[in-house]
Amino acid sequence: MLVSGITGALGAGFLLIPSRLRNALIQAIAWTVLFGLMRDIFIVMIGRWGSISYLFRWFFATSGLTIFGALFIFLLVGFVSYWRSGKEQEIQAKKILTKKQKYIQIGKLASAVILVLFLPQILGMYFSEILDNVGIYILMGLGLNIVIGFAGLLDLGYVAFFAIGAYTIGVLTSPEMTATPITFWQALPFALLASVTAGLILGLPVLKMRGDYLAIVTLGFGEIIRLLSLSDWLRPYLGGTQGIQRIARPFIGPIELVSQSQLYYLIVAAILIAGFIAWRLKDSHMGRSWMAMREDEDVAQAMGINLVATKLSAFATGAFFAGLAGAIFAAKLSSAYPQSMNLMVSINVLCLIIVGGMGSIPGVFVGAMVLMGSPELLREFADFRYLVYGALLVVMMLVRPEGLWPEARRKLELHESLEPDSLPSDIPPAIENPTG
Amino acid sequence: MAVLTAINVTKRFGGLDALLKVNLELKEHAIQSIIGPNGAGKTTFFNCITGFYNPEEGEILLENKLITGLSPDRVTRLGISRTYQNIRLFKNMTAVENILVGMHPHLKSGMIGGILRDPRTNHDEQEALVEAKRILKFVGLAGKGDMMSKNLPYGAQRRLEIGRALANKPKLLLLDEPTAGMNPSETQEMTNFIGQLRDNLGITILLIEHQMRVVMGISELITVLDFGQKIAEGTPAEIQKNTRVIEAYLGRGAASGLSEATA
Repeated sequence: MLVSGITGALGAGFLLIPSRLRNALIQAIAWTVLFGLMRDIFIVMIGRWGSISYLFRWFFATSGLTIFGALFIFLLVGFVSYWRSGKEQEIQAKKILTKKQKYIQIGKLASAVILVLFLPQILGMYFSEILDNVGIYILMGLGLNIVIGFAGLLDLGYVAFFAIGAYTIGVLTSPEMTATPITFWQALPFALLASVTAGLILGLPVLKMRGDYLAIVTLGFGEIIRLLSLSDWLRPYLGGTQGIQRIARPFIGPIELVSQSQLYYLIVAAILIAGFIAWRLKDSHMGRSWMAMREDEDVAQAMGINLVATKLSAFATGAFFAGLAGAIFAAKLSSAYPQSMNLMVSINVLCLIIVGGMGSIPGVFVGAMVLMGSPELLREFADFRYLVYGALLVVMMLVRPEGLWPEARRKLELHESLEPDSLPSDIPPAIENPTG
Repeated sequence: MAVLTAINVTKRFGGLDALLKVNLELKEHAIQSIIGPNGAGKTTFFNCITGFYNPEEGEILLENKLITGLSPDRVTRLGISRTYQNIRLFKNMTAVENILVGMHPHLKSGMIGGILRDPRTNHDEQEALVEAKRILKFVGLAGKGDMMSKNLPYGAQRRLEIGRALANKPKLLLLDEPTAGMNPSETQEMTNFIGQLRDNLGITILLIEHQMRVVMGISELITVLDFGQKIAEGTPAEIQKNTRVIEAYLGRGAASGLSEATA
């Protein structure tokens, strides 16, 4: 009673505070809690920094933050966010991008690039491993985002293409499987070709299906591929339950990519390529056809869109990215097992797209980081980790059903120039009144 | 020359004859209407023309070329566009994008071009954008192109849907109840606009309409369907006097009462 009374009064008092201060307070609290949760991660990270680590040790107690650390972060974040919200108002008042802001943007971009390049060095080996996994999920997410987010085809057997990519690399490069093993780079085109072909083969029987039916069939397809890799029948070719070992690692020049931080760069390069393709396709003629199909398949066809070609191209592009992710995954572990090709992979990729925001490319990145990263952040909760994780997902979907970074459509009409005469004034008034 | 010819078109759903031996001939540059009570088969007829339904019997010809049996996308490519009774825009795409999708049959750039954005693709896309803006302006939506189509007011959505249909540069435009849900002044706007489409763009128009003021005002010829059959065809003046039409709309008793009252 007393507690609820106090929280109630606090909540009411909170609403009375001006919005600028209130936002700053909320942000400060959120960041302080976040830092507390990430204590273990920071301790590991800081340990690698040598002498400056003493500066930071002040903040952290044996679990969570010290009072001093908590206060410091609270005040810092609160002050920065209060100050920035004032700045934003100023900028909004001016409404023009000054030269100074342009430089600030370039600076932000440059620091982001540097951060991405040195992330494995900053974070250390354990987190590089997590980073690599997040990266592989981003790669798959970019592909499935094309199939589900752009084209609206609910594919629950996406792991099949990942498996085909991984196993193709395995079969072609492992001395266990073939008498004439080839290198990773020689095998990669075959892996991609195999996944794309599988995408087209899956696409053909499901052309007439929609929504739930499509989901069931693709689910079955994913299971078929997994069971084939597991079967005794194909054991001589795919290794059965034992999987494939001794898969070749990729070389760049004389350097063999072995460690997590070396593979990280390969994954980043793959993400850059996949991200670029996805980004370009999104606003292309093909991307518009996909989206039209997602919005209303019948009408899309009535616009002259060939549904067969459009659906197949979506499946094939998605399969291409998954095959690439699978190939890198196989090379990273230098092995491929049927156990890693289970349904959970498809579900995880689907979840990260939904959490990030359907059809949104930045959403894939955010979704992958939240979904794959948050179990690590939640170590504080020990045994209840996945309970909290599940609850977080439920709350998130209730609060932000559109995803963390929802899709925004590109502005086309007012792209080049803001002509004042092209603004709404010249529309007949009768059309302006909405009725019925 | 006839733009569209329908010969004995029959479409059955189970045991029901949704359309039974419907004949229709549409002259070039005509504005012709199809009217009839609810469930008369008007929209089914549209669906047969656009290839969405395949009629069990009969033939439909576009400029003397057989189009029955073709898929909807092929029919659209041959020059037939349509709008829908309940607006069916691509809701989560902007107005400009809706128009660009409508231009699909005239855009050639493929996937590789879309990724590489080579000069030719860029040029094509730029041209398409200019054309799309022109169409937006024509339908009275200049400046609203970047709005999500679901956020447009009702009348604007109707106009955008027509704009999307026009983007295909059709020979024949099928309008399914273009003034549904509009108030009298909006209806008048729309009626004038449909007239302009024919006069300025030279498009032949076939429309389904319930508001008699619109039908009688702009159509040169009216076809009346009832229970899937054509029961009358003629000029607005002829149709207004036709007893079978009055019966179909008001029922036999009311119709006889009406003719007694006028007699």
